[in-house]
Amino acid sequence: MSAHSVYLEDDCRFEYNREDLVARLGQVLANPEALITNEEALRAYETDGLAAYRQLPVAAVLPDTVEEVQAILRICNELEVPVVARGAGTSLSAGALPHPQGILLSLSRFNRILDVDAERRVARVQPGVRNLAVSEAAAPYGLYYAPDPSSQIACSIGGNVAENAGGVHCLKYGLTIHNVLEVTLVTIDGEVLKIGSEAPDAPGYDMLAAIIGSEGMLGVVVEVAVKLLPEPLTKKVMLAAFPTVEAGGEAVAGIIGDGIIPGGLEMMDNAAIRAAEDFVHAGYPVDAATILICELDGSEAEVAAQCAQVSKLMESYGATEIRIAETPEQAQAFWAGRKAAFPAVGRISPDYYCMDGTIPRKHLSTVLNRMQALSEEYGLRVVNVFHAGDGNLHPLVLYDGNVPGELERTEELGGRILELCVEVGGTVTGEHGVGMEKINQMCAQFSPPELEQFFALKRAFDPKGLLNPGKAIPTLNRCAEFGAMHVHKGELPFPDIERF
Amino acid sequence: MSQSNDHSQSIQERVAAAVRSGAALEIQGSGSKRFLGRTPTGEPLATTEHTGIVNYEPTELVLTARTGTRLAELEQILADAGQMLPFEPPQFGGEGTLGGAIATGLSGPARPFAGAARDLVLGCRLVNGRGEDVHFGGEVMKNVAGYDVSRLQAGALGTLGVLLEVSLKVLPRPEKELALALELDRDDAFRQVSDWQAKGAPVTGSAHDGQRLHLRLSGSALGVDAAREMIGGEAEDLQFWQDLRDHRLPWFQDQAQLWRVALPPGRQLPEQLLHNALLDWNGQQVWLGGEQDFSALHQAARAVGGHARSFRGGDREADVLPSNGGIFQHLHRNIKKAFDPEGILNPGRLYADF
Repeated sequence: MSAHSVYLEDDCRFEYNREDLVARLGQVLANPEALITNEEALRAYETDGLAAYRQLPVAAVLPDTVEEVQAILRICNELEVPVVARGAGTSLSAGALPHPQGILLSLSRFNRILDVDAERRVARVQPGVRNLAVSEAAAPYGLYYAPDPSSQIACSIGGNVAENAGGVHCLKYGLTIHNVLEVTLVTIDGEVLKIGSEAPDAPGYDMLAAIIGSEGMLGVVVEVAVKLLPEPLTKKVMLAAFPTVEAGGEAVAGIIGDGIIPGGLEMMDNAAIRAAEDFVHAGYPVDAATILICELDGSEAEVAAQCAQVSKLMESYGATEIRIAETPEQAQAFWAGRKAAFPAVGRISPDYYCMDGTIPRKHLSTVLNRMQALSEEYGLRVVNVFHAGDGNLHPLVLYDGNVPGELERTEELGGRILELCVEVGGTVTGEHGVGMEKINQMCAQFSPPELEQFFALKRAFDPKGLLNPGKAIPTLNRCAEFGAMHVHKGELPFPDIERF
Repeated sequence: MSQSNDHSQSIQERVAAAVRSGAALEIQGSGSKRFLGRTPTGEPLATTEHTGIVNYEPTELVLTARTGTRLAELEQILADAGQMLPFEPPQFGGEGTLGGAIATGLSGPARPFAGAARDLVLGCRLVNGRGEDVHFGGEVMKNVAGYDVSRLQAGALGTLGVLLEVSLKVLPRPEKELALALELDRDDAFRQVSDWQAKGAPVTGSAHDGQRLHLRLSGSALGVDAAREMIGGEAEDLQFWQDLRDHRLPWFQDQAQLWRVALPPGRQLPEQLLHNALLDWNGQQVWLGGEQDFSALHQAARAVGGHARSFRGGDREADVLPSNGGIFQHLHRNIKKAFDPEGILNPGRLYADF
């Protein structure tokens, strides 16, 4: 796959002495192996979960203590060196892509679960702890941590905070923002502060709301207090096949309109069903235009009643087949195909590119039809799996990176899909973040004053713009170059700003 | 029912004029929560005429309305579609508006079980202190494009922008609701409620008045009935929960001054502070009446990981929130400046100096 640098000249305006930086970092790190500067070893850090983008940092730094993080940030602040923080590095939007002039601050050694307080249902963890590890630590007490991104086996809590991660259960149980109580933050000038509270709120502005989903651009999180929930008493998983995508979409609206909030409600299109079936042999109905997987949870009597209600609804919306898992193994099989959808698609195409837009659900069939037209226009197949309950789409664009120009065409198609999401009232990213990947499409979603408001908030925390520069929020220059500058009432906003 | 009136442009023009003249504005909704925060100053900027529902899609669980719209009206429209505002915004005096609910960030008794005001905010449109009409978040459940500026407005008391429209996540109304009262000690009561929850009881209210635990169950008829069986106690009027939400219980009427303490789960204030207390949110929101030494109260709250504020009455020229000091205050001031560089929006309402 061809690698390309995606930073603009604008984003690379940092001037300092590299030897000086490396020497000073060496002085504050107790472990000499915590500072990596040779190119070969740095290769391990050049890409995150979005492998199409590669960039070597000046150095990778792996601190062991909060004091070391403080010292590193103080040095970077003083010398004006960019800092990209990284947990497990599973970002699918290149949110943890290194900066060519910066250091990569790896929090992989912050991997301890500090406390599980079962009685008060609070866990304190370090940012490098994997998402699933929190639920595993809470399981002996009948508790779990609700946000469960599909990458939960690998992704870290710090990254979850940076991206406001969600998951299959978030329509009912919320996103990271709803399940994190407090974070310990190190600011760019090396100050440590607690944001949020184990109490229901904290005095003053809701800074926790600003930090969660901020893609590592406001500070470095070194500890997180999360809420734990009691495990649901029972769960029931159903699978329904529909002859058209419209029927499936209407069934989703019907279930929710009828007052049921399923624990999980997922949808796969025919291409995804076939790919998954070939891979895991879950027994999916391969002729269906779409399937819905619906998980209901609660007390046994409640779940049984809801199951009957949902079955009836699905039938009334034209389901050709409804299966209810009778055993845990069956339930697992229903989920297996959905959970393996991405690797399954990986088997039918040399490469695929995973998009992440959210739309108001009522526009589902319009969006799917127009995506089909775009797929034909670009000559690239698109496979769809998505979180039907909350309208979060994950179109997978299939391509071959060895064919010259195909990656670029894929990216362009991806961009068009995201702009389509914005056009129907949705957003360019539901859960993966903007990172480096969707930064141009931000110009389509936000006007210059809105972008400038984001930058103003960023400056409140990071006046020199050192934390993860060049990501998430596009400069007006970038938008102008991308050709998506909004012009309101014929007047170019901020006429005094140089554009090129 | 109120009219659909879009006053966005005139509000934006008022703010833009204030930016030019440097005159402070006091954003005024119905005034039902005007007692909150420090004494307001500035020329009045009324938002109550800016009303109407912009978009409501029951099957999408999203409602967007102009901020002058009365909560009572919103709740009626939602109820007609079998839905509700899960955070039960208090309507002190019954006149509260959507804008006031979000700007104060207050949540009712269901908060620990259904989420806070900020948890249900999906997006907003506001006029910032530069006089710009800007829009953040959206009308979808999942959205991580840009910083979460919408939720940051919850509880900011209008100091970061004049809210024009707010999009909220709404939820289905429960099939059945039931209020219970039980003779249980404060300490035992809240632990007991957690246990009932773990056993599947659909608790959506847990308050203690010093003598009795008041409990509310909401959910499917099956779930509520099963929990009732498990819990026992005697039924009481559901009105208790409305009156608790809106501070209409006799206890609230008796208090010349009202203090609020927020606490982590399973933590408590020293017994000597609780002689005149009403506890909500399963013990995490403590209402205290009468004379208190603010700094001592805050110390006691902080000692167990919480905080205190002066809620109603008393000296509104003084600080009503604990001073965060240091880096905190520095960041708060920076955030204020990021939205309102001239300091014209509700200055001094949250903190004396900005």
